[in-house]
Amino acid sequence: MERIPILKMGRFLLVTIQVDLYDRLALTLEEDLVQMVYDTGASGVLIDISALSIVDSFMGRIIGNIAGMSSIMDAETVVVGMQPAVAITLIELGLPLAGVHTALNVERGMALLESRMSARPDDTSDADDD
Amino acid sequence: MEQDIIDGLKLKKDQVLEQWLKDQAEASDYSNNFNTNEELEGQSAELVDILLSTLNEDTLNNFSSGDLEPLTDYISSLTISRARQGFSPRETATYIFTLKDALIKVLGEIVAGEPTKLYSVTLKISKFIDNIGILSFETFITGREDVISQQSDEMAELSTPVIRVWNGILAMPIIGTLDSARTQIVMENLLQGIVDTGSSIAILDISGVPAVDSLVAQHLIKTVNATRLMGAECIISGIRPEIAQTVVHLGIDLSQMITKATLESALKYAFNTLQLEVRRIDKNKAN
Repeated sequence: MERIPILKMGRFLLVTIQVDLYDRLALTLEEDLVQMVYDTGASGVLIDISALSIVDSFMGRIIGNIAGMSSIMDAETVVVGMQPAVAITLIELGLPLAGVHTALNVERGMALLESRMSARPDDTSDADDD
Repeated sequence: MEQDIIDGLKLKKDQVLEQWLKDQAEASDYSNNFNTNEELEGQSAELVDILLSTLNEDTLNNFSSGDLEPLTDYISSLTISRARQGFSPRETATYIFTLKDALIKVLGEIVAGEPTKLYSVTLKISKFIDNIGILSFETFITGREDVISQQSDEMAELSTPVIRVWNGILAMPIIGTLDSARTQIVMENLLQGIVDTGSSIAILDISGVPAVDSLVAQHLIKTVNATRLMGAECIISGIRPEIAQTVVHLGIDLSQMITKATLESALKYAFNTLQLEVRRIDKNKAN
């Protein structure tokens, strides 16, 4: 079965969605990602959706869900590279993804995660222990 | 039978024209108008000419006949040129309908002594000219509508420029009312601008928006949210005192957005966020 790869980069998890996301794939991603956050104890998740050109209300909700789940497991979620058309669609669908951080591209997303991590003093001490 | 009368009319073309010009002069209280008399006479002569040459038994009863094309084309172009010259619809209509009077007067001479025949032909001629009148109305309105839609298209294009103020800062001044269609264009242009320039701050200046109601506010909130989804920050600037008053009186909550009174303070905020500094250079010190 097709799966979206989840890469571990230091303290963060990197997910790049390069195919068109269909419902089952999105659900699998949700499960895998939450499991991965639990297993690795990652403190940040970066989801790159720059290749995603079509989005519907279900997909919007899944993205929101993933962010919500990660954040209660103490991992910040950043969605990066959203296409203008996708952004407009999500807004028109009434899904402003309130709890999700966003950035223009992967580079800035990483910088955002880093800056948020440095704002959390106890987290850095955790990382030193690893 | 009708053909005879039409032929009779054709013979009396000059008389029809003369009568029509007289009627026009009587009907018009627009004596000193844009058209000189010669121009009007030439136009009228041409119209009578085309009318009588296309008129026959078949076209008299069937206005949609293809043979009438020269006439309908001429009426259309005439109406459009008159509309552009600033004639009112009433003046153009009077112009067409006085032709009916003239035709009927001449008809009365041709079929004098045969009331039944005169009646039936008059009815038909009257209907025919009415159709011409309707056509001229239609052309007039279509012409106006074309102009209106063209203007609104031009306005939409003109009034939504995305300006790159600084490396990483975009500004978009909105001038005019913000309706759903405008918002769509504004949003698309702004988001595309963000992608193209890789900017992380967008300033939406609404000092040119005459009034902000709950709908406009909703459109603004949508745009700000879409910008946020793209990973950029959107600042609303140009909140005039009246706008601030209406927004609060309407109970619209803009506290989730960064709002500034002027473009200047928005720019200052943007510089601050990007950790930039604008300073005056002390020339004496530099030397």
